[in-house]
Amino acid sequence: MTETQQKPIQPDPQAKMQSINLDVWFGQKQVLKSINLSVKPNTVTAIIGPSGCGKSTFIRTLNRMHELVPNAKLNGQVLLDGEDIYAKNVDPVMIRRRVGMVFQKPNPFPTMSIYDNVAAGLKLTGAKKGEDLDDIVKKSLIQASLWEEVKDDLKKPGTSISGGQQQRLCIARAVALRPEVILMDEPCSALDPIATAKIEKLVIELKQNYTVIIVTHNMQQASRVSDFTAFMYLGDLVEYGRTKDIFESPKSKLTEQYITGEFS
Amino acid sequence: MTNQKNPKFFTKKVASLGDFLFKNLAAVMAASALALLLIIGYELASGSGSVIRTFGADFFVGTQWVPNEGREIYGALPYLLGTIASSGLALLFGVPLSIGIAVFLVEMSPRALRVPISYLVELLAAVPSVIYGLWGLFVFRFILVDYIEKPLNTYFGWIPIFGGPTPIGLDLFTASVVLAIMIIPTVASVTKEVVAAVPNSIREGAYSIGATKWEVIRHWVLSYGRSGIFGAVILGLGRAVGETMAVAMLIGNAQGAAAIPTSLFAPSQTMASLIANGFLEAAPGSLQISAYIGVGLILLIMSLSINLGARVMVTKVLKVKGGAVE
Amino acid sequence: MNLNSYGLRKFKNRFFFVACAVCVVLAVAPLVSILWEVIVRGAPQLSLNFLTATNAKDGIGPAIQGTLILIGLTSLIGVPIGILSGVYLAEYGNNHFGSTMRIINDALTGVPSIVIGITAYGVIVIGLIGSYSAIAGAIALSFMIIPIIARTTEESLKLVPNNIREASLALGAHKWKTTLRIVLPSAKSAVITGVLLGVARVAGETAPLIMTILGNRYFFQGLNEPMAALPLEIWRDSLQAQQSIIAQGWGAALVLILLVLSINIIVRVVSRGRLRK
Repeated sequence: MTETQQKPIQPDPQAKMQSINLDVWFGQKQVLKSINLSVKPNTVTAIIGPSGCGKSTFIRTLNRMHELVPNAKLNGQVLLDGEDIYAKNVDPVMIRRRVGMVFQKPNPFPTMSIYDNVAAGLKLTGAKKGEDLDDIVKKSLIQASLWEEVKDDLKKPGTSISGGQQQRLCIARAVALRPEVILMDEPCSALDPIATAKIEKLVIELKQNYTVIIVTHNMQQASRVSDFTAFMYLGDLVEYGRTKDIFESPKSKLTEQYITGEFS
Repeated sequence: MTNQKNPKFFTKKVASLGDFLFKNLAAVMAASALALLLIIGYELASGSGSVIRTFGADFFVGTQWVPNEGREIYGALPYLLGTIASSGLALLFGVPLSIGIAVFLVEMSPRALRVPISYLVELLAAVPSVIYGLWGLFVFRFILVDYIEKPLNTYFGWIPIFGGPTPIGLDLFTASVVLAIMIIPTVASVTKEVVAAVPNSIREGAYSIGATKWEVIRHWVLSYGRSGIFGAVILGLGRAVGETMAVAMLIGNAQGAAAIPTSLFAPSQTMASLIANGFLEAAPGSLQISAYIGVGLILLIMSLSINLGARVMVTKVLKVKGGAVE
Repeated sequence: MNLNSYGLRKFKNRFFFVACAVCVVLAVAPLVSILWEVIVRGAPQLSLNFLTATNAKDGIGPAIQGTLILIGLTSLIGVPIGILSGVYLAEYGNNHFGSTMRIINDALTGVPSIVIGITAYGVIVIGLIGSYSAIAGAIALSFMIIPIIARTTEESLKLVPNNIREASLALGAHKWKTTLRIVLPSAKSAVITGVLLGVARVAGETAPLIMTILGNRYFFQGLNEPMAALPLEIWRDSLQAQQSIIAQGWGAALVLILLVLSINIIVRVVSRGRLRK
């Protein structure tokens, strides 16, 4: 599965998302160097690597969230169903509805109720309060395994629940838009082990309906939840393949060193 | 610093003497603020004694202002209403602009423009009030009359707030618009801080569900910062209520019942402008002076409560939660 | 998702971007207009005679002199008190008394200037001196400048890192010496900035001068006598019917605005230079 770096990269018709020769700079500093990676639909892909390797930046380029950083500059392509999301006529607002995101620290909207947190994205496009919206909110909360815990408290502020519940609320918020891809940026790093286990279970369930790309610091987590793993180091994609292969027989010396914990 | 017999006692004494004196001197100076405030309160209360004794509650709810000896009567209500109307209108015009400026500076402006623009907006606060008055009187008034007041008065004069004789620009509207300009730097700079204090994680969350930039600002940033922005608005209100010279020069110097604000394009009077325009006409020690001081007392109470409320609010918001009070 | 609503959202996004930019233009336009008018109408007035002669000889000399005297007297009274209060609030004010004084100090900045004028009128013009007087105006302006300086001094001192204080105390210096010789000097430029901004602020004040210094057509007559000042000159000139006198008002406005804005701009440039280092 490892992409060869030298040949010109062709769009992969099988891929849900694919980055082609993706370079990113923040100001003068190049943080991503020619990343080529293609993600299959309905899989979980984990991106691992030491801090500062560019993994967070990489998944942010997949729904153009990195553009919020001033001075960010990007070269190359990111294809979603074969179409470049950086093409001239593409609006990042549309892309973000197809490619949802869950962040490192749970960030439910503090001024909104649990219900409104989930419904916020739909209301933007004019969804009216009513049974349809109630139904989507309920389904999204069920998909995020949160419904049973909050069904009586839907009017309470989104920040009134525990950290783990908040993170699942953020997942429900993303799921409510029926995205095609869900990006998760170290979603468990701020959570305790029990809450982490719940999220991990959820990630595996989510791949039935969505394509999931998850950045993680935690190699055990990557091996537990993902089908494919990419290892990044200093802005390079060092190795990419089936999770089993990466963890059991890494091709690169660097990957092996990282996986065996020689550096982190 | 050495002393053979009782070194410990002696050095401690010397050490604390300098500190003691300095600390207490500084404390006395810090307490001067309290002293000044008490002097202000005492002067206004005692100075307004004779008018309040003479007219009782009528001083606060009466509408007449007759300084002619023998049939003197003083009622402060029109100027209280004029103050409320002019500062309310100033907020109406000034607050949306200030929020727009703050949002532009924090969320939209190219980096290179940020510092010069906020600098220019802050310079608005440095222009003396009397120069706003001069400019309003000889320049801005005519622009307002020609492009806003006359057209509205001609075509919509049947609506009471636009009614009255042909406007000449010395009226509630002109005073309020100039007041609005004067409060912009206050409201905009506090709002800017409040908006900048909204955590980025909230913006990111909103962008991630496909909100446009404006939606992020409108539904998340401004909503999260609303109590801080409210504090900024109240701070602006405090400034508008006490503003004197520009208003005194532009509001038309109406007195008595005529000062009750009815039309935007009719002369009115605020408490501050009444004092500035009339104080020197009264003889020292007269009932009329006492009436002006009484109006000053109402103004003092009003602006103190507004300013304290706003400050408490703004500091709470900026320090405790970085934008939100729930 | 319906495309129509998406188009509308996109339109709103652009619309409000433009609207916010328009807000900036609407706020800056009056500033530009004021500066422009003051320069265009005031500059033709400027001459040596205008700046130095009395009103009878078509000058505003007394007003310029009066404003400078007011600034001097106000600083003389207000700066030491303001700085020492600020020192107390920053260095000793971490207690109930300190926080109460902080609130009172804030409250004082919210007192309308005309009210301060009435107070100075009652205490000094009527009470202590019995005459409209230069000193009454200076005291009124001190009431205004003290809380401003106290506030900025406190804020500047709080920015001085604690290890500087500790280093001095560790050498055996007393706290008061540490404060005066080490802490205040290291915050020197920030404190001076605050003082200058305070001065710029009160130099243009008109309302409290009306019932304190009253105005005067002659040069300084004594602290117990009425005195002229630029803001009063501008105000009184603006109320006259003769074009030539109104023009003098614009000339006075130019002088005043040059004074106030140059203090502001100098402070800006200096403090920005300091930050860059």
